[in-house]
Amino acid sequence: MREVAVIGVGMNKWGEHWEKPLRQIFTEAAILALDDAGVDKVDSMIVGCMSSGLFVGQEHLTSLLADYTGLAPVAAARVESACASGGLALRTGWTEVASGLSDVVLVGGVEKMTDVNGNEATYALGTAADQEYECYHGITFPGLYALIARAHMEKYGTTREQLAMVAVKNHANGSLNPLAQYPFKISVEAVLSSVMVADPLRILDCSPITDGAAALILAPVELARKLKKPIVKIIGSGMATDTIALSARKEITWIESTYLAAKKAYAMAGKTPQDINLVEVHDCFTIAEICVMEALGLVEKGKGGQAVEAGLTALQGKIPVNASGGLKAKGHPVGATGVAQAIEIAKQLREEAGPRQVKGARVGMTQNMGGSGGSSIVHIFEKG
Amino acid sequence: MPTPSRYWREIPQRYRLEAAKCKNCGFIAFPPRQICPRCHSRSFETIVLPEAGKVVTYTIIRVPPQPFSDQAPYAVGIVELDNGVRLTGQIVDCPFEDLKIGQRVKIEFRKIYQDGDAGVIYYGYKFVPE
Amino acid sequence: MEGIIGYGASIPRNRIKVEEIAKVWGADAPSYRKGLLVEEKSVPSPDQDTITMSVEATKCALKRAGINPREIGAVYVGSESHPYAVKPSGTVLAEAIGATPDVHTADFEFACKAGTEGMFVAYGLVKAGLIKYGLGVGADTSQGAPGDALEYTAAAGAAAYLFGREKIVAEVLETYSYTTDTPDFWRREYMYYPQHGGRFTGDPAYFKHITGAAKGIMSKAGMKPADFQYVIFHQPNGKFPLRVGEILGFAKKQIEPGWLVNKLGNTYSGSSPLGLTATLDISKPGDLILIVSYGSGAGSDGFVLKVTDRINEVRDLAPKTRDLLGKNINYLEYGTYAKFRHKIRKAE
Repeated sequence: MREVAVIGVGMNKWGEHWEKPLRQIFTEAAILALDDAGVDKVDSMIVGCMSSGLFVGQEHLTSLLADYTGLAPVAAARVESACASGGLALRTGWTEVASGLSDVVLVGGVEKMTDVNGNEATYALGTAADQEYECYHGITFPGLYALIARAHMEKYGTTREQLAMVAVKNHANGSLNPLAQYPFKISVEAVLSSVMVADPLRILDCSPITDGAAALILAPVELARKLKKPIVKIIGSGMATDTIALSARKEITWIESTYLAAKKAYAMAGKTPQDINLVEVHDCFTIAEICVMEALGLVEKGKGGQAVEAGLTALQGKIPVNASGGLKAKGHPVGATGVAQAIEIAKQLREEAGPRQVKGARVGMTQNMGGSGGSSIVHIFEKG
Repeated sequence: MPTPSRYWREIPQRYRLEAAKCKNCGFIAFPPRQICPRCHSRSFETIVLPEAGKVVTYTIIRVPPQPFSDQAPYAVGIVELDNGVRLTGQIVDCPFEDLKIGQRVKIEFRKIYQDGDAGVIYYGYKFVPE
Repeated sequence: MEGIIGYGASIPRNRIKVEEIAKVWGADAPSYRKGLLVEEKSVPSPDQDTITMSVEATKCALKRAGINPREIGAVYVGSESHPYAVKPSGTVLAEAIGATPDVHTADFEFACKAGTEGMFVAYGLVKAGLIKYGLGVGADTSQGAPGDALEYTAAAGAAAYLFGREKIVAEVLETYSYTTDTPDFWRREYMYYPQHGGRFTGDPAYFKHITGAAKGIMSKAGMKPADFQYVIFHQPNGKFPLRVGEILGFAKKQIEPGWLVNKLGNTYSGSSPLGLTATLDISKPGDLILIVSYGSGAGSDGFVLKVTDRINEVRDLAPKTRDLLGKNINYLEYGTYAKFRHKIRKAE
């Protein structure tokens, strides 16, 4: 297997893009990535998108996006793993380059979520859960994570304030990110007084509905060296699945799929949690970040809340989590998130993160997750 | 909202809690499935789940999905039935302040939702305090 | 010998007091209380309907009967609030209890006596030897027009009866039905609330048919009021059953165990059947019970029952009706009640 590098990144500002259809949002990000990489042709395109059919009635993104990015007749694939679609696109692109099948691959993620009303969006996002045995009974995504939050609070004493601190930290980071949907700070009081969505989670514990895309270009490391770019290598990739229904998991408060995906990624990369300088995790809800920190081995099981409170994961902390602002502040156009996480790590390793720069960042990690933990994808990157 | 055929297909589970028990290792699948996730055996027998258990975790949905828009707020929980199988379902007839992890509940047959004034009425299991 | 082999009740836990309703419509609560002898009524939660209550009541009846539901040969739900106009409540009930697929079903309708008619037919098929076990259920989530007198009493509940030829809990000694065409209370198709003839619903309707059925069945059975331990009449309000009992020569203590209306309201097709479940709950072997229902339109069904020894073995196998009536209840304000009963017009 060849070593693979990220040679270009592209991402537009995320938010509500009333004037732009899905095809344009994707193309804009793709152009930025192609320009950043200095290439205008690719061997393959991988697109991550969860639900273009339900949101805008459009499937067949392979054709649509190859067409509109001007890359047709390029080979393409659209991959889906609910909210981990972007991470899956990255992994799929990586396997093509690592295996030698392709040299230059465009990996992109996109989601256009604002053309439907709130209830329809909730329904579309709910397709990541068990339709017949979870959604049928009226559970929602915030509801599923609320079930996890309450169990975590009962079992480990995690507090409401600690959950709020995750959102506060991510907004503090997001306020330094010009591409974020909500680039402003919030306070713990604001979180705790925001409207309740599913007890104990409030609206400010939840990532938003967003239109956006993110794209990056992968190439073998030798090509990256030739192009004289700062080298960002993918040194580990891991993917794991779990039961679709939260009720069927072995432990409600433990994200086994993230643990197993990370285990594979660490092994491939020859790294341990202590080697990681920063992580972009899937904070679809504040409790998710806490559980993921534990599953990644960054903190002891059950101690995620305390770690956040102690500032371990702040931008200046020992292991910065979500320097980009996370899903909470940056936004969560579902299919694009996994790719945007990789873009943040790439920028950090290239020392292009401006006010968000983590000093001395050499090894970064991304964790992207589908549904309530039914699938997880972890990648490890190294400056090289 | 399911279509009539999607709803009808799950009736033995929704109405009678019919599950499948792996003949090889005893794993109980609800709903029934073809392959045991534990031992990969493909041989099951039909059993019926017990109708009582305890609350493992719960939440109160305040921003509901569209079919439930009239019902919010309502409580949903994961309940571990007395044979170890866990189900997701609404917890009703219980004031929110009385909801507790570990609370004993039992199953009742209730309306889940209806497709407007003219569509099908969907029934299923919910949990009430024992 | 044929008779009841299992019985069960289902009553929602929500209640609304007469005072709460009167407050909204500017009515004089004490005079409604006094005039109707009703204090409060049951209100179904939005997720309860005739079908769900029938299922719960039947599960209790099955616990008492101890039979294999696959051997039930007929399932009849009588109601004036079947959830569908076309698609029977009986099929959902039969499927939920595991009686399908070899079972007869069709829904019954006859205002408040649909349940007892279903019970009669289920019993009749058993007596005729055509089926092994029969199920008759009376259930309703009746609607009272806002501000109308009936709003104070229209309530929700269900009672289920299994009939068979062995392990009988209460033998059916006699049946009789008294029917005329009397337009005292009706609801046209597509109308949301029923209408009624005011005072016409009294003497020419309720009283005429109940006394007609009671006298008719007692004559058939060669019995008189004093022979019965207990009697249950249809309970549209608290006063009517006490008055008709007095007219017929029954004592108040014979009526009391089955007189639930003051705390329950009028559960329509569930009314006298629920009164019978409460009576069975406290009955002793050898007791003779008379039940006379009433359905507007109009008619009354009567049953003479004799309790057997088996009542002592089964009564505690499922919740007692007075416990369902009095325990774990939740009082509603009018706004919540109106929301639950779909009386608030919402956007399409």
